[in-house]
Amino acid sequence: MRANHPAIVVRGLRKTYVVPERESGVGAALKSLFHRTTREVTAVKAIDFDIAPGEIVGFLGPNGAGKTTTLKMLAGLLYPTAGEASVLGFTPWERDRAFLRQMALIMGQRNQLAWDIPVLDSFQLNRAIYQIAEGDFRTRLDELVEMLELGELIKKPVRNLSLGERMKCEIAGSLLHQPRVLYLDEPTIGLDVAMQRKIRAFIADYNARTGASIMLTSHYMADVEALCERVIVIHHGTLLYDGDLPGLIDRFSPLKTVIVELEEGSSVPAGLLSRLEAAGGEIVAHSEHSLTVRAPKTATPQVTGLILGAVPIADLTVEDPSIEEVIEHVFASSGAMAGEAQGEPMAPLADENAPLPDAESVAALAGSATGSRNTEVR
Amino acid sequence: MASARAGAFSPGNLAAFYRQRFKVDLALQVAYRGATFIWLFSLIVQPLVSLVVWRTVADSQGGSAGGFTAGQYAAYFLAVMVVNQMTFMWHMWEIEWRVRTGVYSGILLRPMHPIHEDLVANLSFKAFTLVPLIPICVLLAVIFDAQFDTRPVDIVAFVPAVALALGLRYTIEWALGLIAFWVTRAAAIHQLWASVTFFLAGQMAPLSLFPKPIQVIATVLPFRWMLSFPVEVLLGRLSGRGILAGLGMQVLWLAIAIVVMRAVWSRAANHYSAVGG
Repeated sequence: MRANHPAIVVRGLRKTYVVPERESGVGAALKSLFHRTTREVTAVKAIDFDIAPGEIVGFLGPNGAGKTTTLKMLAGLLYPTAGEASVLGFTPWERDRAFLRQMALIMGQRNQLAWDIPVLDSFQLNRAIYQIAEGDFRTRLDELVEMLELGELIKKPVRNLSLGERMKCEIAGSLLHQPRVLYLDEPTIGLDVAMQRKIRAFIADYNARTGASIMLTSHYMADVEALCERVIVIHHGTLLYDGDLPGLIDRFSPLKTVIVELEEGSSVPAGLLSRLEAAGGEIVAHSEHSLTVRAPKTATPQVTGLILGAVPIADLTVEDPSIEEVIEHVFASSGAMAGEAQGEPMAPLADENAPLPDAESVAALAGSATGSRNTEVR
Repeated sequence: MASARAGAFSPGNLAAFYRQRFKVDLALQVAYRGATFIWLFSLIVQPLVSLVVWRTVADSQGGSAGGFTAGQYAAYFLAVMVVNQMTFMWHMWEIEWRVRTGVYSGILLRPMHPIHEDLVANLSFKAFTLVPLIPICVLLAVIFDAQFDTRPVDIVAFVPAVALALGLRYTIEWALGLIAFWVTRAAAIHQLWASVTFFLAGQMAPLSLFPKPIQVIATVLPFRWMLSFPVEVLLGRLSGRGILAGLGMQVLWLAIAIVVMRAVWSRAANHYSAVGG
C-alpha cells in the first residue's frame, strides 16, 4: 500500500438488520411460533468516506445514528447488507488474520481483558495471540505503562480495578500489537474529567508516534475538539457532514452572539433595541450596563455597527456558539428532516428548547438530508 | 473466507500461546481451588454411585452379571471416572453465555481460532484435577477391590486412545456449542446431547450390557470412541487387533469432526456478523 493511499475507503456502505417483532404476552409468543413477523431496520444507509493514513477523525451522531454499526463493519465484526469497504487494503469482514493483527477496536462499554487474571497476564496472552516479538513487547509495554501511568495496576486482576483504571488497561492491551488502524467507540465514557484528559493526550500522542489512522466516537465534545481536525456527522444512518470543525459550526450554526459592556454612566438609548431587531438581531439579554444580541452571521457587522454608533462601550465580544450547541442543534432539527425524507410524520421543527433554526440553516439541513449535499460532503 | 483464516499460525507460535495460557489458567485453578474441587467432587460422585449399584447387582447374582465380576465393575467405573474427567468439556454452556452477552465480539476480532483458548482452559483444569483424582482412584480401587486385567500393551495403547477420545469429544461438543449462534437457548439441545452420551458412550453401564442394535449404533457413531473405547483398552478387554481398529475409528471420526467443526464455525461467525454482534 502506498503511503498516500487512503487507509480506509468506504463506498455505499449499508446495513439493514432484520429484527423479530412480537408483542408481549403468552398469546403473542405462541403466535410467533407459527408466524414470525420481522421488521427491517436500516442502521446505515449507503455512506461514503475516505480516511488518510495518520488522520484522526471524529465520528459524531446521537445514540442510534449508526456510528457503532459502521465501526463494527469497518472492524470486521459485522457483514454489511450492501456496499464496499477497504481497510489497509483488506475487506474487513473477511477477517483476514493479517488484517486483524493491524487493527484494534476499543469499546468503552465492553471489556476485552480477561476478568479474573492479572492485567499483565492478559497482555502476555495478547503477545502470543498477536505474535509480538519479545523485544517489541517489552519496549511497547514500558512505554504504555509510563504514558498511561499504569504502574502497579498491571499486577492486579481486572475485576479489582476501577472503571478508569480498567479503561487505561484496555487501551494499553489493545495497542500492544501497535495497530495501524484504531477504532475508539466512546473511550472516555463514564470517566472523570482528569482521566478523560489523560486518555485524550495519550491518543494524540499514539497517533503522532505511530501514524495510525484513528476513528473516534464520543459524546464528549471536548474529546473531539482536542483530537479531531476532521469530523464526520452521521444521523439516521445518513452522512450529514464531512469536513473540519470550524466548517461544521459555519454550516450548521449561522448565528453569532454579540456581547457588549457599556461604559460607566451610559445606558442603552431608546430605540436601539428596536433598530437591532429590525436588522435581524434577537435581544437575548439586556441590563443597564450590558447587552447581548444574537444575530445571523451576515447581520453581525450591521448589528455591531449599530451598537458602536449608538453608545460608548467598554468591551465588545463576538462569539460563535459552542460546538455542543451546534451539534445539539444539528441533531434536534435534522431528526425532523430525516423523518420527513422517510415519509414519517414530521416532528415540529421549531422545538422551543432548541436554538431556533432559521431559514438558512433549515435549507442547509434539508439539502444534506435529502442528498443534494454541498461540496463539503464527499 | 475459511482459507484466509487457515494457516498463518506456525506451530511454534501456537505452542507459545498454549504455554502462556496454560500457565495463566493453572494460576486461576489454584486461585479458585474451592470451586475446582467442588467440580472434581461431582465428577467422582456419579461414577461412584454406578460402581456401588453394579457391584451390588453382581454380588446378588452370584458374583457376576453381564460378563463383569464385582471387581471388574469396580474397575470399569473407576476407569470411567478417570477417562470422563480427561475427556469431558463444559464449553457448550460457555459458548451460549458468550453469544448472549456479546463477549464473542472481542473473540472474533482476535487473529486466532477461538477453539484453542477453550482447549487450553480445559486442559489446565484436567491437569490440575488429575493430581488429586489419581490417588483417590487408587484408594477407591483398594476399598472396592477393583480387578484390572491390564497388560503393558494396554497402558501404551491407552495414551493415544484417551488423547484421541479427548480430541473427538472436544471437537464435536465445541461444534455443537456453536448452535448457540442460531438458537438463543441452546442449553436444551446440549442437555439432550449429554443424556444420549451418558448412555451411548458407556458412562451409565458397559456397552456390552446393552442390546445389540444399541451397541452397533454406539460403535458406528462416534459415541463409543469418545469414552468407552479408552476404558475398554485400560481394562484389558480388547485384543491387539481390536485396539488398532479402535484407534483407526477414532482417527477417522476426529478427522470428520474437525472438518465439520471448521465449516460450522465459519458459518457461525458469518451468521453472527450478519445479525449483529
